[in-house]
Amino acid sequence: MRVELGTAIIPSAQVLEEMKGSTDGAVCVFDGIVRDNTCGRMTLFLDYEAYEEMALSQMRVLAAEALTRFPIRDVALLHRLGRLEVGETSVLIVVASAHRGAAFDACRWLIDTLKKTVPIWKKEHFADGVVWAAGEPFPDEIVAARETRETHE
Amino acid sequence: MARYATDMRVNVLYFGTLKDLFALPHEPLDVPDGATVETTLSLLRARTSKQSEVWRALAVAVNREYAGPATVLHEGDEVALLPPVSGGTQGRCER
Repeated sequence: MRVELGTAIIPSAQVLEEMKGSTDGAVCVFDGIVRDNTCGRMTLFLDYEAYEEMALSQMRVLAAEALTRFPIRDVALLHRLGRLEVGETSVLIVVASAHRGAAFDACRWLIDTLKKTVPIWKKEHFADGVVWAAGEPFPDEIVAARETRETHE
Repeated sequence: MARYATDMRVNVLYFGTLKDLFALPHEPLDVPDGATVETTLSLLRARTSKQSEVWRALAVAVNREYAGPATVLHEGDEVALLPPVSGGTQGRCER
């Protein structure tokens, strides 16, 4: 299991090669990269920030959970922080497995769950302004406040 | 039993858009003895004059673990306010 969070460039190709083992029949990769626009609005660069200690521990929990949920051999989960230019890798997930089905399933589960539960935020610097990216709603079991009550005590 | 009205001090951490809203990354906060996550959020929310979408669906971590509204705080706890994390838009655009 390889889990990393930091400002260094993520060496996607190298991580992929290092994850291959002799019992593997499949290595599935999700390489999340910085897009040059959001809904047509031109992006200059992104700033990622995290609640670092918690994000790293959450990433470790996720990687370990993937290894128990799916019949896979190994997982790499790397996320970058700081300023990222268009085309650079922000998140890399590599899943190695004897068979492709489990590798695909685990890879998809990892990125979807990471995007909802790991405390990392991105500030989008557009050509015409700066905004914090709207996040996915937290799963019900971890949300602490929801503005559903109309009345106030 | 005679008892002093006590406060306890927790350290509140702000992230993402909340860091901009409060204009600082963290601060010590005195809360009543026995305060919960929910009461702490009410205290903080009352301090912000402008409406913010961020209060709609917030997560809180106490000492780096997600914590529900009824979680009771203790002296010295690290209470982090976490806006929704930066998920992708999944191809959904608002306009």
